[in-house]
Amino acid sequence: MENTVLDPQKLPGWGIDANPENDPTYPMREPRLNITQDPESKTHRPTQQPIDIELLKSIERPTVSAVFGEAAPPSGLSGMIRRFAFKYSESHYGHWLPLLLADRVNVVEGVLGDLVHGKVPNIFAEKGYKMEWKYNRGPFVLKMATIAAVTTGAVLLLTSKDKDKDKLKDRQKSRGGRRSYFPYE
Amino acid sequence: MLAMDYRGPKRVRASQKPMPEIKHPQDAIVRVTRTCICGSDLHLYNGNVPDTRVGTTFGHEFTGVVVEVGPDVTKVKVGDHVIVPFNVACGECHFCKQGLFGNCHESNTEASAVGGIFGYSHTAGGFNGGQAEYARVPYANVGPTVIPEGMDPDDAVLLTDVVPTGYQAAEMAGIQPGDTVVVFGAGPVGIMAARCCWLFGAGRVIIIDKEDYRLEFAKNYANCEAYNFEKDMDDPVVFIKKITDFMGADCVIDAVGAEAAGNAAQTITGRKLLLQAGSATALHWAINSVKKGGVVSIVGVYGPTDNLVPIGNVLNKGLTIRANQASVKRLLPRLIDHIQNGIINPKALITHRIPLEDVADGYRMFSAKLDNCIKPILISPSANL
Repeated sequence: MENTVLDPQKLPGWGIDANPENDPTYPMREPRLNITQDPESKTHRPTQQPIDIELLKSIERPTVSAVFGEAAPPSGLSGMIRRFAFKYSESHYGHWLPLLLADRVNVVEGVLGDLVHGKVPNIFAEKGYKMEWKYNRGPFVLKMATIAAVTTGAVLLLTSKDKDKDKLKDRQKSRGGRRSYFPYE
Repeated sequence: MLAMDYRGPKRVRASQKPMPEIKHPQDAIVRVTRTCICGSDLHLYNGNVPDTRVGTTFGHEFTGVVVEVGPDVTKVKVGDHVIVPFNVACGECHFCKQGLFGNCHESNTEASAVGGIFGYSHTAGGFNGGQAEYARVPYANVGPTVIPEGMDPDDAVLLTDVVPTGYQAAEMAGIQPGDTVVVFGAGPVGIMAARCCWLFGAGRVIIIDKEDYRLEFAKNYANCEAYNFEKDMDDPVVFIKKITDFMGADCVIDAVGAEAAGNAAQTITGRKLLLQAGSATALHWAINSVKKGGVVSIVGVYGPTDNLVPIGNVLNKGLTIRANQASVKRLLPRLIDHIQNGIINPKALITHRIPLEDVADGYRMFSAKLDNCIKPILISPSANL
């Protein structure tokens, strides 16, 4: 890539915020407080938002935060997994891995919830494939064709095994039982 | 009201949802006028952030007109058009008192490591975000800042995250006049970081990415050197050493985070198998390409679990690592001045305007980098602006 850079000192604002004392810089530069210098922080808290939904609280905190979001309270199987996860601290895989699992379970719950409410999710639209079709058609078609081919191949492979099994059973039945490879069996 | 609705990895739609309500005396409700899709939204979109629940609304970059306020709100009033910083910050806790508005202790029940962030999973507080017609804004006496008269709303919406995060990346790098700074990632934040490095007196700014159209844009917008790590070099670390007399850069900024490309092992373990909290390729390169005693500034977002990084080299090279979510409120006055004085021009980053109804198309376009997309903004049907 060709690079022709102008003299930076001619750029608007060059060095305008330069500060030889900018070391250590933010977040260390600001006067740091410890709890002894800020005893009020132990006692003073903002007004508490009424707790009228189920909240999962980190065990690394003493209290619910003064405000909190209410986007999607835990529910269903994913909610049970999330409750389990919150028995562990944020430094523990027992916290994060169940949460990732719960997220995936929640996706299935979301699809089922849509169907229960009479809505069939439009996966093509939700994935924004219209944009791929418009701006990236060749690779997109190739990708979809590959997925279709792999899926078809997998289905054929699995069903052909079933057919082989059926044929084997039929042969065994016609010979009056299981074929033995051992002469004295 | 219409709102973005997360349905699962790479699946979103616009749905009708209940109007937000005042839940706390310091709450405000805003009618959203501009909202963006951020690169860090893609971590949620791809299903990489634990506790991202189906049915939540993303969006931590938005401006809006105040339509309702709680009884204790005194700093903004109905009708004010405000910038809403992406951090939910109380302004009273031990951390907010120190200007650490990105680390508020009274805005997130579900995790102690991160403060509340609008529309950024339950790990960041479970707040619905601004990719909607209306949004609830807690602590309205602290975060929301009235947009100065005459400021373009497109500039204003980028003051909620992109500009302060890019600026803080340069600030945290501790740039001294004449320093050579390398920025990994030519997304909106990386481009803004490259531009802001000059404000601190950098002598040379180099940006590295793999998308030519973004590098071309960065080169012109930020007047920096731009290199494609897939085409211009075999090994980014060796390349940077070579162009810095084998010393390394004085400061390196990681403006990529969890979605980094460039290393198959990191991509597979971090982005595909989720065995790491995202791919740490950019951070790996940053640590290895900065000079001994140099500074690595991290604003790229990673998940909360673990990442494979060469921490031994941090020790052996005597590096300083600084990282934080941007403290938007702290930086707003200075950045508003810079925009009003024509020093930075954020709105030039916006490449696409997408109706909120087509939010799924917007996410796909941004995520797959289609149609030379750099920064998409969503326009809600109620924006009236």
